[in-house]
Amino acid sequence: MNFQRRALSLLLVTSLSAGAAMAQKGETVKIAWIDPLSGLMANVGQNQLRGYQFFAEKFNANNPAGVKFEVISIDNKLSPAETLNSLKSAIDQGVRYVVQGLGSGAALALSDAISKHNERNPGKEVVFLNYAAVDPDLTNSKCSFWHFRLDADTSMKMEAMTTFMKEQADVKKVYLINQNYAHGQQVSKFAKADLARKRPDIQIVGDDLHPLAQVRDFAPYVAKIKASGADTVITGNWGSDLALLVKAANEAGLTAKFYTYYANFGGTPTALGKAADGRVYLVGYADYNMGGLYTQYANEYKKRFNDDWYTGAIYHAYALLSEGMAKAKSTNPVKVAAAMEGLKFKSFNGEVEMRKTDHQLQQGLFVLGWQKTSAKAPYDVENTGMTFSKVRYFDPYVSSTPTSCQMKRPS
Amino acid sequence: MESLVINLLNGISSGLLLFMLSSGLTLIFSMMGVLNFAHASFYMLGAYFAYAITGWLGFWPALVLAPLLVGLLGAGFERFSLRRVHAFGHVPELLITFGLSYVVLELVRLIWGPSAVDYRVPAALEGPMFTLAHVKGQGLQWIWGMAPESICGVATGASCTQFPAYRGFMAGVALLMLGSLWLLLTRTRVGLIIQAALTHPEMAQALGHNVPRVMMGVFGGGCALAGLAGVIGGNAFVTEPNMATSVGSIIFVVVVVGGMGSLAGAFVASLLIGLIQTSAVTVDASLITLAHQFGWVVGESNPAYPMLKITVSQMGPILPYLLLVLILIFRPKGLLGNREE
Repeated sequence: MNFQRRALSLLLVTSLSAGAAMAQKGETVKIAWIDPLSGLMANVGQNQLRGYQFFAEKFNANNPAGVKFEVISIDNKLSPAETLNSLKSAIDQGVRYVVQGLGSGAALALSDAISKHNERNPGKEVVFLNYAAVDPDLTNSKCSFWHFRLDADTSMKMEAMTTFMKEQADVKKVYLINQNYAHGQQVSKFAKADLARKRPDIQIVGDDLHPLAQVRDFAPYVAKIKASGADTVITGNWGSDLALLVKAANEAGLTAKFYTYYANFGGTPTALGKAADGRVYLVGYADYNMGGLYTQYANEYKKRFNDDWYTGAIYHAYALLSEGMAKAKSTNPVKVAAAMEGLKFKSFNGEVEMRKTDHQLQQGLFVLGWQKTSAKAPYDVENTGMTFSKVRYFDPYVSSTPTSCQMKRPS
Repeated sequence: MESLVINLLNGISSGLLLFMLSSGLTLIFSMMGVLNFAHASFYMLGAYFAYAITGWLGFWPALVLAPLLVGLLGAGFERFSLRRVHAFGHVPELLITFGLSYVVLELVRLIWGPSAVDYRVPAALEGPMFTLAHVKGQGLQWIWGMAPESICGVATGASCTQFPAYRGFMAGVALLMLGSLWLLLTRTRVGLIIQAALTHPEMAQALGHNVPRVMMGVFGGGCALAGLAGVIGGNAFVTEPNMATSVGSIIFVVVVVGGMGSLAGAFVASLLIGLIQTSAVTVDASLITLAHQFGWVVGESNPAYPMLKITVSQMGPILPYLLLVLILIFRPKGLLGNREE
């Protein structure tokens, strides 16, 4: 039965592709997912890999280009050096589309390596879809024609976060704690610059950088935050670095408000628990309770994996790729990359645009607050009885930031 | 003031956990001359066993059973593999423990998966042990448990810091263990035999004591101590396959700084390193601030700026290793070591 159906669909697809103008139809597109599957960030990686497999299934059933997606996963152990080996192995397996997101350090290495590879190997180009690495350099000083960012970068998120903080009169003393690598340093830099511009009265009482994915005991950091008298903490931390920070903060009875990028990442909501009710904000491009596609898929994902779908950019990745392939009428990376530039497409958060000048997706941003589930916001995050509920929405133009990118396009 | 107290307590509690780990290592070394590279793996096994047993019988049975199980595994490893290579000298012994650490790592990854498991602090030990309240105009107050709303409520404007009960428990278990270990080694017959076998193995054997069995016991006991540290440290922090590597290097620092084979030295070094690690985080000074003190302003254009601007808190993770290097240069036998070689 299964074989019959497969044969039938194969027949259908081949006959279609033979007759129709869309030559890419029915082709299989291999996507290499290069991110950590081991170490402290492994649970985040696993969640995202499952997301890619889940949406491959969804988009294989129906997508504008009529292609089939196949996901190959490679563990990069969160290390930039290991990422380059992973890329090599992906290219050897005939992969032309790479997705990566966890860690801007790895993303910068990957973008650089792909640009060099493409220059040296014409006809074997690789396209890089970055779904979560938010260092602004990737679309500014180090921008590349082959790199496309689907998340909102640090400058955009900080723009939205500080625009919201501007109206919060209770914010007086801010403490910055971030991971000591590309992303964390940028969060610290942009937070200081944006706050100085929008709320010069706010005092920065601390600015800490700690090693990425190595700290197990955050108690000393929390004692330091406490001693500084901060009422607000801004952090770009993610994964274990945020979950353990929050755990230590709860244990020490720290009552400061947390403004975060990634409080919805696996493990952190559980650590927040009911103790952090009303004290945690999150800036992102999706909202569990926004209705439409996102809520529908988040519920379906939860039902299947008993986990939250928190990386909406996975949907963007497939939507952008299949729209781009439909427009290019090909799966050739050079043609698809050119087609994706400036492409406007519908995603779960309305119409979004892949900006041509720097390949940064322009999208609206949400400020969400951690609170009890309610009739208005029913999505139960990590079965805690709590949810991230919409506090503010900013249209794409609010958080759009200029770019200094001087894109070199293949001639 | 209250932050100083909290920092001190944080440092001491993490130092005591380190001591639980390194005491076994230093015992095994002083007894058998084996530098057990797999010691941290037994720590990890303790955490994973406790996680498994907690899900089945609860935390308190796990606190007893997991270290016993780890101790049995350690004794078994000594009996069936370490003893066989003992005859070939120290290098094969080192290599076999090195190999074991990889085997354990891969086994743990196979059985429990590559990411962290949900091993939690028991409900009875959640919450604060005490609260330090800095009430305006009244100075510092010490309150057991959670402070009442009348003192620490938002309206009072008091600054309150809690010390988690589990950290107190961690320190208590470590001290209890230290006490009983000391009593065992100095006040009992078993302790006497162990000490005799330590310094004069041939003589002890000639007197009719089964020295290989004593060694097996010491190895198993050392591993059980590491397992106990795992049971307690695993849920205080994270239980995941890299937890062994993350403490593996630091316990060697403890043992070398304290003096190879010296239990008292390991105790002092553990506390020292625990305190260094926690207090370094709180210091934001860098060489630039130091230069400022002497009226020398270092601008961003200075070529050495990127290096000079690193603060002590960022250097925190490397400070123990710096200490290791300094000790090896200036006092190779360690703080309380008595080996003159």
